[in-house]
Amino acid sequence: MKLIFEKSRPGRRAGRPPATDLPIPEVPAELRRSEPPRLPEIAEPDLLRHFTELSTRNFGIDTGFYPLGSCTMKHNPRVNERLAALPGFRDLHPLEDENRAQGALRICVELQDALAEITGLEAVSLQPAAGSQGELTGLLLMHAYFAERGEDQQRRKIVIPDTAHGTNPASVTMAGYELVDVQTDPRGNIDVDDLRAKVDETTAGLMLTNPSTLGLFDENIEEISRIFHDAGALMYYDGANLNAVCGISRPGDMGFEIVHINLHKTFSQPHGGGGPGGGPIAVSKRLEPFLPVPAIVRDGDAFRLDYDRPKSIGKVRGFLGPFGVFVRSYAFIRAYGPALREMSEVAVLNANYLLALLRDDYKLPFDRLCMHEFVVSARRLRREHGVTALDVAKRLMDYGFHPPTVYFPLIVPEALMIEPTETEAKETLDAFAEAMREIAREAVEEPELLKAAPHDTVVGRLDEVKAAKRAVVRYQFEDHPDLSAEPAAAGIEAPKGA
Amino acid sequence: MSYLALTDADRESMLEEIGVGSIEELFADLPAGIRFDRPLDLPPALTEQELNAYFEALADRNEHNGAHVSFLGAGLYDHYVPAIVDAVLQRGEFLTAYTPYQPELSQGVLQSIFEYQTAICELTGMDVSNASGYDGTTVAADACYIAKHATGRSKVVVTEATNPQVRQVVKTYAPGFGLEVVEVPQRHGATDPDEVRAAAEGAACVIFQHPNFFGVLEPAPDLAAAAGDAEALPVAHVDPLSLGVLEAPGNYGCAIAIGEGQSAGNHISYGGPHYGFLAARSEFIRRMPGRIVGETTDAAGNRGYVLTLQTREQHIRREKATSNITTNQTLLALGGLVYLSWLGPRGVRELAETCMALADYAKGRIVTAGLELPFADRTTFKEFAVRVGRNARKVVKDAVDQGIHPGYALGRDYPGMDDVLLVAVTERRTKDDIDRLAEVLAP
Repeated sequence: MKLIFEKSRPGRRAGRPPATDLPIPEVPAELRRSEPPRLPEIAEPDLLRHFTELSTRNFGIDTGFYPLGSCTMKHNPRVNERLAALPGFRDLHPLEDENRAQGALRICVELQDALAEITGLEAVSLQPAAGSQGELTGLLLMHAYFAERGEDQQRRKIVIPDTAHGTNPASVTMAGYELVDVQTDPRGNIDVDDLRAKVDETTAGLMLTNPSTLGLFDENIEEISRIFHDAGALMYYDGANLNAVCGISRPGDMGFEIVHINLHKTFSQPHGGGGPGGGPIAVSKRLEPFLPVPAIVRDGDAFRLDYDRPKSIGKVRGFLGPFGVFVRSYAFIRAYGPALREMSEVAVLNANYLLALLRDDYKLPFDRLCMHEFVVSARRLRREHGVTALDVAKRLMDYGFHPPTVYFPLIVPEALMIEPTETEAKETLDAFAEAMREIAREAVEEPELLKAAPHDTVVGRLDEVKAAKRAVVRYQFEDHPDLSAEPAAAGIEAPKGA
Repeated sequence: MSYLALTDADRESMLEEIGVGSIEELFADLPAGIRFDRPLDLPPALTEQELNAYFEALADRNEHNGAHVSFLGAGLYDHYVPAIVDAVLQRGEFLTAYTPYQPELSQGVLQSIFEYQTAICELTGMDVSNASGYDGTTVAADACYIAKHATGRSKVVVTEATNPQVRQVVKTYAPGFGLEVVEVPQRHGATDPDEVRAAAEGAACVIFQHPNFFGVLEPAPDLAAAAGDAEALPVAHVDPLSLGVLEAPGNYGCAIAIGEGQSAGNHISYGGPHYGFLAARSEFIRRMPGRIVGETTDAAGNRGYVLTLQTREQHIRREKATSNITTNQTLLALGGLVYLSWLGPRGVRELAETCMALADYAKGRIVTAGLELPFADRTTFKEFAVRVGRNARKVVKDAVDQGIHPGYALGRDYPGMDDVLLVAVTERRTKDDIDRLAEVLAP
């Protein structure tokens, strides 16, 4: 399919801004644009067709089952889109007088209250733009907290299990901390002996996802919490997997004092092909003074912004955060009310059911009941038939499914990480399991079919090595290279994790 | 209301297949001490119709643009968003997709990001753009991180005339990055290149906004040259629409161009979500944060697009990654691409000219009404400062009571500017609106 730049013809146009009869001020010559940007020149009908055609070359939850592990690809209710687009929200300026933005501020405060209740903590900042920014914000809170206690120079280490999302170690580096890796035990929990040996007065905190990326709830969470509290360190909860435990168990009750919540996972903000997200953080009372400014607070019957927070770490993003995301997520929470517990129960039921259907054909690295997701391994298929997790993933596309997350978590070879979410019907799970079993059979009988998959998509398996080597990252107009004329590069496969 | 699909019969047969007697048994791994033993204290569930009513009532309590005339800007601007932008962004295949990890099922998103990267590079005169950052503030912190690693230096310089929120976010990130932040003061609404040259000594980068927070056109090529003299990377923070008439930062020596994308194709939405953009010269490509889409082929030679140079990223490099960013602002960046394609090169220029002309008209009317412009001899783009002769916050309150929001009071961010108002004029304001503004502000 052509790029929109290749459809461009000089002189065509779609939009026309209002003309003016006023004199146009002169831009000083040394600041004036010398060459116009080569933006597309295209008429509106073809503009719309271009993006409509592109959309048909893309798979979303609306298209079909999307069991991408750790990404919580649940149904996105359309009423939430309508609400976020109400002019009173969509066209409201964040610097509008507070008295004239009471409806918006009320939504923020009510969402904060709901998130505090769900996480079991006292205070919430909605400002972080995504989970990874919530992580960084949480680590900066740790800095500020220990600095006030005069322990910041001493406490330089953050402990992270080897199953963690890559964002955790990356955030540790960005926050200027040192990383300490802790291992996983044979049941898929944190290895508590290894942990005990690594936590001391130089430890600032722990970052943990619970249930973990293996889809397992850490059975020793109370002991883990004791170890950190005895050492005077803080615990950070990566809320990527919060969808498993809403109303069932709360991070605050587990001993965590900082939690980020992925609004685009648990609370159904559509992921938009890579964002926007929302990554609010909830904290304990003693960490509240350090939260980003402004705080959004109740003031009698009214709501206002509070900038008078002298211990605050500052701002992590512009204004109050991604407000449109708050509207959608809060509407989602209000639709369920206390029945959010049932949401999590069904997410766990769906995952365990799918696991039960797949366990004979794929290896289960930790033989336990799972939470909202689970990890199986294609190790046997690889050893016996040379078929990899990636081959299984690509073949699933031919059956009309989006593949699971593959090659993550890193401690499971040939990992397939599957998260069905609560919004899928039993028939969908049955059909997916049937496809997975069929693929396991194909691996034995026709392994080449899998290695060459997918067969029914708009493009075949793409050469990622060539892409990285040539690094053609923008259209180059008359100088644009023809990569089809260049030989294939030998492939290595990168994890496709969340 | 819930969005669940299982019937009671489904649940029963599924539990049987799993081999447990109840849903509670699925949670057997949770220690008793940390189980939550009461219902969540949340308001009762609402039906869709009730949700509509509840949120509509709240939306009605907000005084949005359109309900009254507003000259608020200060980083986010009331530009017209064409219907085609919303139509494209509501396509479920874009709206409900995840990050394109599986390229064969994600060519729509991947190709559109590649086109977005191209559009941003064209506007800014750069070689490479990422797939977007969170907003116009965090991309400044990203630029500092690139510069620190590219130069091995740990000081960053930001001009005081740069958006205060951008400076605040840079300062929040700085301790974690191991960076010291130095500000260069504004002089009569703009920045002195000699002061930048002195401050840039030993610095990793110099970030300057152009047009700056006061709407004033900076001596941008001189600022970039001053940074370059000290071998600090010049970083321009730009309004994408200004680039219809202003030179592309890549053409006057900048290493990196960043900015807030909202004015190009996103609704204001009480501050977000929007997209931040970050583009750079090709030598920095392996230090860029976030997603980058590249072109490639399949085995049959068909052209296709993939996430590329992923060895920069957290899911591969973990603690050695160039950033922790994962989820970015792809859908909003797609809105930017649709918008820029809708405008085209002539539209971007015409729009910038219309805004400039209206802002110039507003300046004239306000001066005629007897007010003073504190930076009267500076050329501005679509925003400008007005000295209102008394507390600007009070002026805002009075004007709002008369149905017009006159702009942003600068006193909170700039000591000594308690009587200065920042007025933004977009193509959505009419001459009549401006005449009313001048009347309301008249002493």
